[in-house]
Amino acid sequence: MLFELEDVSFTRAGRQVLRGIEARLPRGATCVAGPSGSGKSTLLRLLNRLADPDSGQVLFEGVDVRDRDVLELRREVALVPQLPALLEGTVAGNIRFAARHAGTDPDIERLLDLAGLDGSYAGRDALRLSVGERQRAMLARALALEPRVLLLDEPTSALDPGARAAVEGTLRDLRSRVDVSTVLVTHDLVQARRMSEWVVRIDAGRVVEEGPVAELIGA
Amino acid sequence: MEQVGISISLGEVAASLVLVAVAVAVSLWRRTELEGDIAVAVVRSMVQLIAIGYVIQAIFDADSLVLVFALIAVMVVFGAFQARARARRVPDAFWPLLVALALAGTTTLGLVVALGIFDPEPRFLVPVGGMVVGNAMTAAAVALNRLGDEVSDRAAEIEATLALGATSGEAVAPSVRRSLRSGTITLVDSTKTTGLIFFPGTMVGMLLAGADPVDAVRLQLILLWTLLGSVAISSLLATTLASRNFFTPAHQLRDPPEP
Repeated sequence: MLFELEDVSFTRAGRQVLRGIEARLPRGATCVAGPSGSGKSTLLRLLNRLADPDSGQVLFEGVDVRDRDVLELRREVALVPQLPALLEGTVAGNIRFAARHAGTDPDIERLLDLAGLDGSYAGRDALRLSVGERQRAMLARALALEPRVLLLDEPTSALDPGARAAVEGTLRDLRSRVDVSTVLVTHDLVQARRMSEWVVRIDAGRVVEEGPVAELIGA
Repeated sequence: MEQVGISISLGEVAASLVLVAVAVAVSLWRRTELEGDIAVAVVRSMVQLIAIGYVIQAIFDADSLVLVFALIAVMVVFGAFQARARARRVPDAFWPLLVALALAGTTTLGLVVALGIFDPEPRFLVPVGGMVVGNAMTAAAVALNRLGDEVSDRAAEIEATLALGATSGEAVAPSVRRSLRSGTITLVDSTKTTGLIFFPGTMVGMLLAGADPVDAVRLQLILLWTLLGSVAISSLLATTLASRNFFTPAHQLRDPPEP
């Protein structure tokens, strides 16, 4: 198993967001699906220790994430947040910033290509891109870490249907080109079926069901 | 430095209240509702300055450096409390402010004495210390006020940077840089325009007291340049130390953005 969550609870501002979560996320493409406010984005943040649970534990490849070096964990398990949050400067500057932390030598053109952007984006001002372009630039930046797992928080929620289909295509294509597992958070069960092999459905901070997509959601 | 002297009668002080009456009249006429605050300001300035006048007189009479340091220590503690009120969005802002003001004060005074600019005597160290701590407090308060807003407004950007494996120090560095700039820019700008748009207080005081204008200018330059150093030290320390309070040891934002 890639991740195992054992009796995980999390409270934020007095509200219990996750309640005794028991879940397994295998290698490959997994979706965490649930309605708005169900706690799925919070769950994602626990996987690379942007937050720690109040109780219970999160295991990454059998080891409690708290027993790992947190900075190395975040480079291995890269998160692409829902809100585009690029740094001031060019797209290439953003990619190099990430690569510097991972100690990698980035091939900017290839990373942009993996994220579905052509090479001309390298010199573009990161803060002047459209929402869809920023989302792709964030993906290219995360890939510069050469992660083993990509955590994707509602990557298409701000996009129109055409852009959403294009980003989904990019993500499927990515998995055929790079050896990376993905954990995608979505409120859209149809998208979960399109984008994953395994699904964990949560509602009101609890796991409703988990298993192979074909069995739970069907064709 | 040549001794200058001037005698001010209580009648002259009382006469200046006419200008306070003008301020009150403007407030009443234009309904700015500041007359209460003006009254409080006048009374507080009178009580505080008379009290500090007696304290300074006692320190001068005792000619004791220990008392000078005691006075500056009290100013540092009160300054840290006062600045904390401006830095409400910064968790546990008091200690960073206390360290920043204490080190800005002692470093600056230590340097001006070591460089031979002022003799280590109460009549120099008390007024210079007061100005140094006061300006350091204002700068640190402005810097931390900005830092609190920065971290709150840019929480998503900071967390996205943490998610790339950056340390909390690296993630908050752009916010610290902008806050440091906010803390120091006011004094830098007023130093740029000094003599052109306004006459700074020390120079005005010396001229009123009958000093040679060249001496007044020299002393003013020393103080302005000294204050630049102290303001930079206090802003740097306050923002650097306080920025750590936004994060856990595991490089997590204590108050992350809403998912």
